[in-house]
Amino acid sequence: MTTSKRGLIESFWDFFCSLKLTIFLLISLALTSIIGTVIPQGQLPPQYVAQLSPFKLQLYTTLGFFDMYHSWWFITLLYMMSLNLVCCSIKRLPHVFKFVTEPVLTLDDVTRKSYALKMETTFSTPADIVKKRVEEFIASEFSKPVITDHDGEQQLFVQKNPWSRLGVYVVHSSILVIFIGGIIGSLFGFNGYVNIVEGTSVSSIDGRNGKKIPLGFELRCEQFSVSFYDTGVPKEFKSILTVLENGKPVKDYTNARIVVNDPLQYKGITFYQSSYGNAGNYFFELTDINGKNKTILSVSADHGATLPDGSVLKVAQTTADIAPFEPGHSGPAAAVELIGPNGKAEQFVVYANHQDLNVNQAKEHSWKNIIHYKGTEEKMYTGLQVAKDPGVWFVWLGSALMITGLYIAFLMSHKRIWIVIKKGHVFMYGNVNKNQASFEIEFEQLSEKLKECVKERG
Amino acid sequence: MNAVAQNLLSTQLLNWTGLLYFFSMFSFLILLTAKNKKIGVVATSLAYAGLALHTVAIGLRWIESYNLGYGHAPLSNMYESIVFFSWTIVLIFLIIDIKYKYKIVGVFVMPFALFSLAWAQMFSVVSFTGSEALGKLVMMDDKISPLMPALQSNWLLYHVVTCFLGYAAFAVACGVSIMYLIKASFEQNEKDKSAGGILAVFPPIRVLDDMNYKSIMIGFPLLTLGIITGAAWANYAWGSYWSWDPKETWSLIVWFIYAAFLHARFTRGWVGKRAAWLSIFGFLATLFCYLGVNLLLSGLHSYGGK
Repeated sequence: MTTSKRGLIESFWDFFCSLKLTIFLLISLALTSIIGTVIPQGQLPPQYVAQLSPFKLQLYTTLGFFDMYHSWWFITLLYMMSLNLVCCSIKRLPHVFKFVTEPVLTLDDVTRKSYALKMETTFSTPADIVKKRVEEFIASEFSKPVITDHDGEQQLFVQKNPWSRLGVYVVHSSILVIFIGGIIGSLFGFNGYVNIVEGTSVSSIDGRNGKKIPLGFELRCEQFSVSFYDTGVPKEFKSILTVLENGKPVKDYTNARIVVNDPLQYKGITFYQSSYGNAGNYFFELTDINGKNKTILSVSADHGATLPDGSVLKVAQTTADIAPFEPGHSGPAAAVELIGPNGKAEQFVVYANHQDLNVNQAKEHSWKNIIHYKGTEEKMYTGLQVAKDPGVWFVWLGSALMITGLYIAFLMSHKRIWIVIKKGHVFMYGNVNKNQASFEIEFEQLSEKLKECVKERG
Repeated sequence: MNAVAQNLLSTQLLNWTGLLYFFSMFSFLILLTAKNKKIGVVATSLAYAGLALHTVAIGLRWIESYNLGYGHAPLSNMYESIVFFSWTIVLIFLIIDIKYKYKIVGVFVMPFALFSLAWAQMFSVVSFTGSEALGKLVMMDDKISPLMPALQSNWLLYHVVTCFLGYAAFAVACGVSIMYLIKASFEQNEKDKSAGGILAVFPPIRVLDDMNYKSIMIGFPLLTLGIITGAAWANYAWGSYWSWDPKETWSLIVWFIYAAFLHARFTRGWVGKRAAWLSIFGFLATLFCYLGVNLLLSGLHSYGGK
């Protein structure tokens, strides 16, 4: 019983320590990630849903394809990768650590033969003089040697950057630090948006899930403006914002200017310029079906307006010129939604310059009123992205660790050299854990100099 | 709209650059069969001359953008990015050449540089006569345009430069991997015979394998830096360092593939041919990340598609 249990744990451990699993996970993550770039994520456009077969819709929903980067199976892959790299690191670290802290000071004959980088030279001067020379030479050319007397021979050991062997573990831990940042952000942060009409203030914002999130202070939009290049392309969106605590403007946060790429931060919450729009009222002329009893109706951008018969008129979109959308028609127009007293909603377009179309439309649907579009009042709102993410510093810390780790892992190498002095012979052996080619050159240059050093003054 | 055509000196210099790259590639092709290896020196010299002129042209376009009153680094649209991509490929190739001195690699790398530059020039000048849908995909505007608000940031420079240097290193790795597969399959078929003819000028497969690894060792940290600068910019500009936008996701896919490549080297059964294939797939994913996402998918980087 105990043995099989132990066997199970061991095979579990071996499974998570395997590099094949790493490759499998990385390729699986690469392949599955493609899904979310092809299938729309999050809130789906109704047109897209309509063209999917019920089977596909059911399948995609079950597999979490519409929010795949947060689906159980994708998160599982990420957790497995974390577990994999933790296990790999735990398994290999003690060995690597031993390499760093307990260097091999002497080479045995078998290892000597296995090294590709070796050099041999002879001398006739007394051994202790040569030993002293070689010692001084290697100390000035490479690093201070550790000298061991062993079996009638003397071995000098030198090394550079032993700790560079830890670089790869710095990279591995950086991934975990970034994951921790992501988890902190999703637990304690939020992301939302808010529209503020010029001259008004808000004390809460709309979260991604539709919930209101209180700010704990008030934010007022003093002014919004947009400027254009001479080509007609937008140049700058600018909001002037004021933070209010208990109704009073906060010093240093009064009339603060924000533009795209230059946000405002207050109490850990950051406000980013992202969009804008019209918040003014829309005006319509209302008559009864035979064109009498004219009234002007003012429709607010947020709430719409109620008509005499109890139906509600809402404006979806307006344009100063309908021509690009409907060739043949021109002038201002509004796309509106009319919700009847029975709750039935109809969407249609009303025009400013085509009264006959408005009349025909009303007659066809046998409405009680004819609606003409009259125009829009200029009043802007600013659209702000709002975010709070206490985990972001972990993400940057992880990023910095990753870059440092990659630098160490790829560009620094653990170089080791042994020099053996034995019976009129000097041998030198070299070993490096990566970047072999450049070390070979270094070793050859060192060999030449060492030969000179041993020979000279001899 | 500004209907006046921009007669830019930088665009003309790029035409000359393209010509130099063409002759450089042609010389590399001759090197495949030539007895006299001096042609390799001619080929790299042409590549150096092209790179110098290319650098001047990019710098000049930067100045021209200031003269037009817009003032931004020439990295703001598809045309400018593909011109820059070509520049980075030649740069990385020449760096690898200095280190390894196997000039023949140029045969498989210079075409990437030449084709990207030629694409930018062809489809910005000539009017496209094929189908309209295809035209929309391949045509690009070579005018210097003002920068839209979202791109007005210094992060643009850091982000684009690091990403494209990474892409270029992967292009070199891909070229080397193709050479590896050709040579390896030849050596397998003709065992005990030394590879003759054209293949004799190829570096030994051991060296090709090493160059592949070295190129990815250059590209991987640069791509990582590109992703991190992109995340930092996104966080600074709209408060979210990662939002699974198609471009972000594809850059991560590329990152996963090359991470798999780096681990494959320490795994039995994955070295050699499989590693070379991973490198080629990695570059195909890189190309999709760069071009496919802009041209076919929508998202935060869609301005690059025009």
